[in-house]
Amino acid sequence: MTGGSKKSGADPENAGWHGILDRLCPMHVLLDKSGHITHAGPTMQKLRPDAPLGGERFFERFELRRPHAVNSMDDLIASSGLKLHLRFRDVPTTAFKGVLMPLPREDGAIMNLSFGISVLDAVRDYRLTSADFAATDLAIEMLYLVEAKSAAMEASRRLNQRLQGAKIAAEEQAFTDTLTGLKNRRALDHVLGRVIETDAPFAVMHVDLDFFKAVNDRLGHAAGDHVLQEVARIMIDATRRGKDTVARTGGDEFVILFEGLIDRAALDRVALRIIGELEKPIRFEGHVCRVSASCGTALSSDYASPGVERIMADADAALYASKRQGRACHTFFSPDLLSLPAMPPTDLSGPPPRN
Amino acid sequence: MHGMINRAIQRFVTDTYGAERWTCVASAAELGFTDFEAMLVYDAALTQRVLDAVCGDLEKPCEEVLEDIGTYLVSHPNAEALRRLLRFGGVDFVEFLHSLDDLPDRARLAVPDLDLPELDLYEHSPNRFALTVRGSPDGFGHVMMGVLRTLADDYGALVLLDHRGERNGQEMIDITLIEAGFAEGRDFDLGARAG
Repeated sequence: MTGGSKKSGADPENAGWHGILDRLCPMHVLLDKSGHITHAGPTMQKLRPDAPLGGERFFERFELRRPHAVNSMDDLIASSGLKLHLRFRDVPTTAFKGVLMPLPREDGAIMNLSFGISVLDAVRDYRLTSADFAATDLAIEMLYLVEAKSAAMEASRRLNQRLQGAKIAAEEQAFTDTLTGLKNRRALDHVLGRVIETDAPFAVMHVDLDFFKAVNDRLGHAAGDHVLQEVARIMIDATRRGKDTVARTGGDEFVILFEGLIDRAALDRVALRIIGELEKPIRFEGHVCRVSASCGTALSSDYASPGVERIMADADAALYASKRQGRACHTFFSPDLLSLPAMPPTDLSGPPPRN
Repeated sequence: MHGMINRAIQRFVTDTYGAERWTCVASAAELGFTDFEAMLVYDAALTQRVLDAVCGDLEKPCEEVLEDIGTYLVSHPNAEALRRLLRFGGVDFVEFLHSLDDLPDRARLAVPDLDLPELDLYEHSPNRFALTVRGSPDGFGHVMMGVLRTLADDYGALVLLDHRGERNGQEMIDITLIEAGFAEGRDFDLGARAG
């Protein structure tokens, strides 16, 4: 027997029992009354090929981590039947689960051990094979499952990565804002570039929501998303389908491109209608959300040759003029707006309406 | 058909004959795409189209191609994970043969929607067996021929295999074990964990 023995292992009857135990539970150890190991199962001994466990004091080779304060053979006997957590004192300090039962006639005890979850490391560290586990042990099935699941998980992970990549690529190529269904910045640039090329007159209106952050902060992103979807619907309703382009260009920033429309009165009516509709309470899951908007518009007719960047910047300047006037209004760009002193950003965060 | 199976055919062609060959096969089969995803499910007809295209492209009979796929699955370094999973089935070739009954259930543990053909092993004598393959697309038995032949080598066993053909939707393979410990076989390290 690999384990060696101190006194009882030599007699033929004990040798027979050892053979049986070695096969049924190859990771057991037998302890005598004084707490010495009299025999170790073949797999247990395989873990320490150069340091026989037989004859050693149990507590010198193993550290009992739970239950606490078990330091003697008497303590061990008192823990009979309990689940024990142990580990080797020397490296590798493999962890074990164990259970101990006293032998009849106060002739010591038997402790059966298993690796528990440390089986993965143990199999690698000690180069264990199927033959080192009892035929009834589920360790091999567990190793199989770990490997099969890891392989399947890896395949899923790769698929997810590829899908994620494809999604990002598709979004980059997309012209639609997925939340609101409006056009996105890319689409707007595209349409604006085409309109400028045709030399047709057009107007660019910037619409910026007021108090939107308060809705988000107070009622959460779901409420914020709902408000944005309502805002989108309002803008679509207020503009000419198929002619005007409504785009969401930032979190709560929108741009409307009016093709062939530079009539100030008509544009003013559209802006005020949008503001008026936006200020109506928007309901979300029993709460009422209140926002408003400021608008600023630049007309292509004000430029000898309108450039995208210039006209967008000017519409923005008009928008800020509206904010400065106390929000909820609409301003057309004029060059004198540019000479106004820059507004400190704190001025923009006036008191929100009662949400 | 599960993407795992389609993907296996793709990898067989790519790893054995090169990526260009696969591109030809994919276009001959009119897939409309080049790469199968292992974790998606595809129309069953697609698999047959791909197999026909592979056989046409390689100018080989279908049985031969299917057996080559079986061999590839358990011997190519890129498919090492599968060889390992099968080797978990038993410490020797006979134990492995007996584990085939559980193979579809084992596969389902890892990939719940992967339905493998039903495999039943009959032991006529300690060295004579028959394996039936049921509920599968035609020819899965030939894939099993490649798998069995290669894994016998893997275990170091000397075996004779005979595909008895298909009857009533059931293929049968006769297996004769000449010598279990004929050669050294390939090492199976439990703790190696193929990537």
